[in-house]
Amino acid sequence: MTFTQVLFEALESLNSNKLRSGLTILGIVIGVAAVIAMLAVGQGAQDSITGSISGIGTNVLFVFSGGNNDVRNVRPLTLRDADAINDPFAAPNVVGVAPVIQSTREVSYGGEKANTRIQGITPEYASVRNYKVVEGEFINETHVLGRASVALIGPDTAEKLFGRREGLVDEIIRIEGQPFRVLGVLESKGGGAFGSQDEIVMIPMTTAQTRVIRRSTDRVDLIFVQAASAETTKQASEEVAQILRIRHRTEVGKDDFTIFSQDDFIQTASTITGVLTVFLGGIAAISLLVGGIGIMNIMLVSVAERTREIGLRKALGARKRDILVQFLTESSLLSMIGGLIGIFLGWLIGVIVGQVAAANGTPFNPSISLDAVLLATLFSTAVGLFFGIYPANRAASLQPVEALRYE
Amino acid sequence: MMSDHVIVAQDLRKMYQMGDVEVHALRGLSLTIDRGEVVAIVGPSGSGKSTLMNMLGCLDHPTSGSYILDGEEVSHLRDDQLAAIRNRKVGFIFQSFNLLSRATALSNVELPLRYAGMTAAARRDRARASLSAVGLGDRMTHKPTELSGGQQQRVAIARALVNSPAIIMADEPTGNLDSKVGQEIIDLLLNLNRDSGTTLIIVTHDPKVAAQAQRIVRIKDGVVDLEGA
Repeated sequence: MTFTQVLFEALESLNSNKLRSGLTILGIVIGVAAVIAMLAVGQGAQDSITGSISGIGTNVLFVFSGGNNDVRNVRPLTLRDADAINDPFAAPNVVGVAPVIQSTREVSYGGEKANTRIQGITPEYASVRNYKVVEGEFINETHVLGRASVALIGPDTAEKLFGRREGLVDEIIRIEGQPFRVLGVLESKGGGAFGSQDEIVMIPMTTAQTRVIRRSTDRVDLIFVQAASAETTKQASEEVAQILRIRHRTEVGKDDFTIFSQDDFIQTASTITGVLTVFLGGIAAISLLVGGIGIMNIMLVSVAERTREIGLRKALGARKRDILVQFLTESSLLSMIGGLIGIFLGWLIGVIVGQVAAANGTPFNPSISLDAVLLATLFSTAVGLFFGIYPANRAASLQPVEALRYE
Repeated sequence: MMSDHVIVAQDLRKMYQMGDVEVHALRGLSLTIDRGEVVAIVGPSGSGKSTLMNMLGCLDHPTSGSYILDGEEVSHLRDDQLAAIRNRKVGFIFQSFNLLSRATALSNVELPLRYAGMTAAARRDRARASLSAVGLGDRMTHKPTELSGGQQQRVAIARALVNSPAIIMADEPTGNLDSKVGQEIIDLLLNLNRDSGTTLIIVTHDPKVAAQAQRIVRIKDGVVDLEGA
């Protein structure tokens, strides 16, 4: 028999028991749709996270203390560390240094209150982190030296306190009850991997140290370092590490600080989302496996039901191979149709998840790669073939005499 | 090369193992059937009648002995080779018709030709001719459920004829039909035998059917008990 004949006969046979074929296909549809949707959501999450990390800036290094479990007596980072890093001779590839202290404090205006991240910063912060103000001005050297009671507010915080984002300069807000004049409103940076970057209040470093966050020493929580270019980030990182090792007198290989670049963040995030995707995809694959067992079950029933038919076909001259191909075609057709519908359904689920995420303010785009589609198609057809082999073989091995006598 | 004998079976033996017991269904049976002959095979239940039919129809291997069908020794062929022999040389007619219920009469008749690897157009022509020969030219697109018992058996006869076999094996062809329709079927088979010269072997319980054959072979205890007209 030619391939088209075989195909036609298989379709005819599946068509003769629509409900049963439909339910069997449904098992595969759910499996494939789950795999596709999970891979799409995983890929979307990865894209979204790496995208928001890229927003940090390509040549920025994060320096913070600790991060190495083997090291005790971790020395905190200080303003003097930041000054040392800013030395153009010791660190020629570093073009900007911005130390930050931060904590969460209560900010209020009128009756509105919000617990918001407060950052004590220096004027360099604007250029290093690429912050801009939509109105007003950024914190300058005079504010820092004078411990001025001025604050920059993020757009989300402005929304919370004032219900608007404009015309806020010179309003007076209270941080921990102390009055601060609004110096400017920050440009929106969008949601990030570390919570919203728009829900923030920035005040001069010195003001934060003495009156808001109150650090006794000149320790800082985080130092942002800007490298001259993306290409020199690695050298800059090495220079910063060298300076800090000397200043902290650390033993070899026992740094009491950690330097993270954007690439490190992306790598870490990719690893996490990668594991997540594999995990979700794996769970979905189990349902595909269950669908495959469904196919096997139905094919076994079908073989038992059609024993006489198989006997007849053999009596009329069907070889073992003819019967084998007939049943394998039926089982792989079931899984292939299921696979195709499943891909479509999975894509639909992905789109819906994307819409729901967008409606909730998280721009998130589940993407279905060609890989995922190919994988799902191949895998589902393979499942059909694999789980079809046993029933088909059973059918093909029937002796015509016994099969014809079967009631 | 071809002799006048379409079937030459010599010393056929068939032994089944049923649990610990060896069942000897055929015990050295020899039988010769001429080309174009109409032979009725009769015998009580358990005589080895069905086993003989399975052997002659190439559905099963004998344990020992030689069987030459249409000039070809087939007793030692493998399953797939036997399938090819059945496809080319044997037409089967069963008591319960054994038609595919979801296929039309035409598709049912085409089935053996599919396994012969014939093109769709050629299949269609042969199947149409065969159905016309059994008087069902106007029922080709009907499904078996839309046909009477007699008509269904006619479809089965058309299917048996379609590949111009050397022999037609009819296993109780009238068993599921009333006597009038049964006689019509027998008449049809005898007419076809007369017209085309196809050897016809009828396995039957019915003495009236057996009486119409040119020769009656009575089987008892796995051997030929009696041969006669």
